[in-house]
Amino acid sequence: MRKLKITLREMKRNRVLYLMMLPFLIFFFTFAVYPVLQAIYYSFTDYNILEAPNFIGLENYRKLFLEDTIFIKAIQNTFIIAVFVGPLGYILSYLLAWMINELPHWLGTILTVIFYAPSMAGNSIMIFALIFSNDSTGYLNGILLKYGFISERILWLSDSSYILPVVILVSVWMSLGVGFLSFVAGIKGVDEAQYEAAAIDGIRNRWQELWYVTLPNMKPQLLFGAVMSITNALSVGGVADALVGFPSPNYASHTIVNHLNDYGLIRMEMGRASAIAVILFFIMILCNLLFRKFLSKVGT
Amino acid sequence: MSIISKLKKHRKGRLDMRSSTARQSSRSFLGNLLLGIVLFLLGFLFLFPVIYMINQALKPLNEMYMFPPKLFVQNPTVNNFRDLSRILANTLVPFSRYLFNSLFVVIIGSIGHILTASMCAYPLAKYKFPGSKFISALIVYSLMFNATVTMVPNFITISRLHLIDSYWAIIFPQFASTLGLYLMMNFMEQIPDSLIEAARIDGAGQFKIHIRIVLPLVKPAAITAFILVFQSLWINTGDRYIYTEKLKSVAYMLSQLAGASNVGVARAGVLAAASVIIFIIPVTVFLIMQTNVISTMATSGMKE
Repeated sequence: MRKLKITLREMKRNRVLYLMMLPFLIFFFTFAVYPVLQAIYYSFTDYNILEAPNFIGLENYRKLFLEDTIFIKAIQNTFIIAVFVGPLGYILSYLLAWMINELPHWLGTILTVIFYAPSMAGNSIMIFALIFSNDSTGYLNGILLKYGFISERILWLSDSSYILPVVILVSVWMSLGVGFLSFVAGIKGVDEAQYEAAAIDGIRNRWQELWYVTLPNMKPQLLFGAVMSITNALSVGGVADALVGFPSPNYASHTIVNHLNDYGLIRMEMGRASAIAVILFFIMILCNLLFRKFLSKVGT
Repeated sequence: MSIISKLKKHRKGRLDMRSSTARQSSRSFLGNLLLGIVLFLLGFLFLFPVIYMINQALKPLNEMYMFPPKLFVQNPTVNNFRDLSRILANTLVPFSRYLFNSLFVVIIGSIGHILTASMCAYPLAKYKFPGSKFISALIVYSLMFNATVTMVPNFITISRLHLIDSYWAIIFPQFASTLGLYLMMNFMEQIPDSLIEAARIDGAGQFKIHIRIVLPLVKPAAITAFILVFQSLWINTGDRYIYTEKLKSVAYMLSQLAGASNVGVARAGVLAAASVIIFIIPVTVFLIMQTNVISTMATSGMKE
C-alpha cells in the first residue's frame, strides 16, 4: 500500500515526462506491441488467416521440436551463419569506423557514404549471383580457372557443401548497416581530452588507446551495434533466397527465417509461423543478454 | 537563455583546443595515405553492388543479356533513361502526382517520427520513473520480433481504424518503429546530467530542454535515424494498403514498370534505370546529412 502511494507520487512528479512519451507510445503500442502480443497468441492456435484461429495449446511447438526435422536443421544452419556473420560483421563495422575516424573529415565523409551506399541499393544482390555463378563464366570460377587453382568449375550455388559458406560470405559483405553508422558517429563523440589524459597516464599505442579509452567511451553505441548485429545475423534468410532460391538444395542454407516464411507466406499456417517467430525472439533475447555480460568487461 | 550561451562557449573552447593540440600517437602523412588507400580498395569491394547497378542501367539491351556476362558496360547508352522518361510522361496519373504522394509521406513521416521518437527517448535515457525500465526493454525487444507474423494483425488494426487507402496507413506504422529511437536513446545517455540540471535551474521546462539542448547534442544520431526512416518510407510501395492510383508512390509506380511477369525482358533496361533513380534520392540525402554530422562533433567536450 505504501509502495503504491510512493509510486503514484513518483508518477505525478514525472507527469511531464509521461506526456512527452505519450505520442510515440500510442503508435508504439498500436502498431508494434499489440501485433506482437497477437502473434504470440496465434502461436498457440491453428490459424490459416482465412478462418478464425483455433486454440490448440502447445501443439505447434511440440510439432516443431519433435516432428519437424527440417526445423532442427534450420536452427543449426542459423547458428552456424550467425556465429560467423554476427561477430565478423560487428568487428568489421567497428574497424572500418575506427579507420575512417583517423582520416581527414572530408575523406571520412566520402568513405562513410561509400560503405553505407550498398545498404541502400535495392536488389543489388544479383551481382553476387554473377560472382558465384555455377558457370565457368562466373567471375569467381573464371578467375580460379584462368590461374589454374581449379581444373573444373565449382557449383558454388548448387553443391550443398559450398552453399553455406557462400551465404555467410555474402551476408558479411552486406552487414555494414546502421550499426556501422552508429559507430562512425559514436567515435567522433569521444572526448579528445580523454586521449590526452590517457597519453599522460602512460598509454603507449593505438591498441591500448582503443581498449582503455575509445571502447569504454562508446558503450551505448557498442550495445546498439550488437543488438543490430545479433538481430541481423539471426535473421539471415533473404540472401539465400536470392542466391540459391527457395528451398535451398538439400536445405543446405535453410534458416529459421526461411522456415518461418515457408509456413507464414506459402503454406498459410500462421499459427506455426508465429511459434517459429516466438522461438527466434527468445533466441535473440538470450544472445543479447550474453553480449551485455561481455560488454561489462570492456576496458578492464 | 544563459545556459545556451554557456554551452556554446564551452563547445567553442573545446573545438579550439582540438585543432591546436596534436595527439602524441598521431600517425604520419605516409601512414594516413596508406590507410586511405586500403580503405578505398575495401570501399571498391563493398561498392560492387552499386557499380553493377549503375553499369546495368547504362547497358543496351543486347549487352544486358550477353553471355558470358560483363560487369562493365561496353557501349554506354542513355536509352534506358530515355525510355523511362517516355513512360513517365504517359502514366495514367501524372508523374508529378506520384512524386507529391511520395514526398508527402516521406517528409511528414520522417519529421514526425524524429520528433515523437526523440521526445520518447529523452525521458527514458536520462530519468528513472515508474515504468521507464519496462518501456525501454519493450523498445529494445520489439526490434527482435519477425515482421512476417505481425503483418496480419497490423493489417486488421489499420483496416479497423479506417486508414486503408490513405497516406496514414504507411506513415503511422512507421511512427512506431523503434530503431531510430533506440539509437537516439543510446546517444542521449552520454549527455552529462549536470548540463540538464543546469538548464533546469535556469528555469527551462522539459520540452525546451529537449528541443534546445538534448536534440542538438545528439544530432549525429538524430540524422542517422532520419536517414533510416527516410530510406524506408521512400522505398515503401504501400501496395498492401493503398489501392487508389492517384495516392500511390513513386516506388510503387516504378515497381510496376516490370509488368505483370516481373521478369519482362523488354522492360529490363527501363527497370535498371528506375532502380538507379530510386537509389539516387536517399543516397543524395544521406550525403548531405552525413556532411552535416561530421561538421557538428556534437557531444565532444560535453562529457564529465
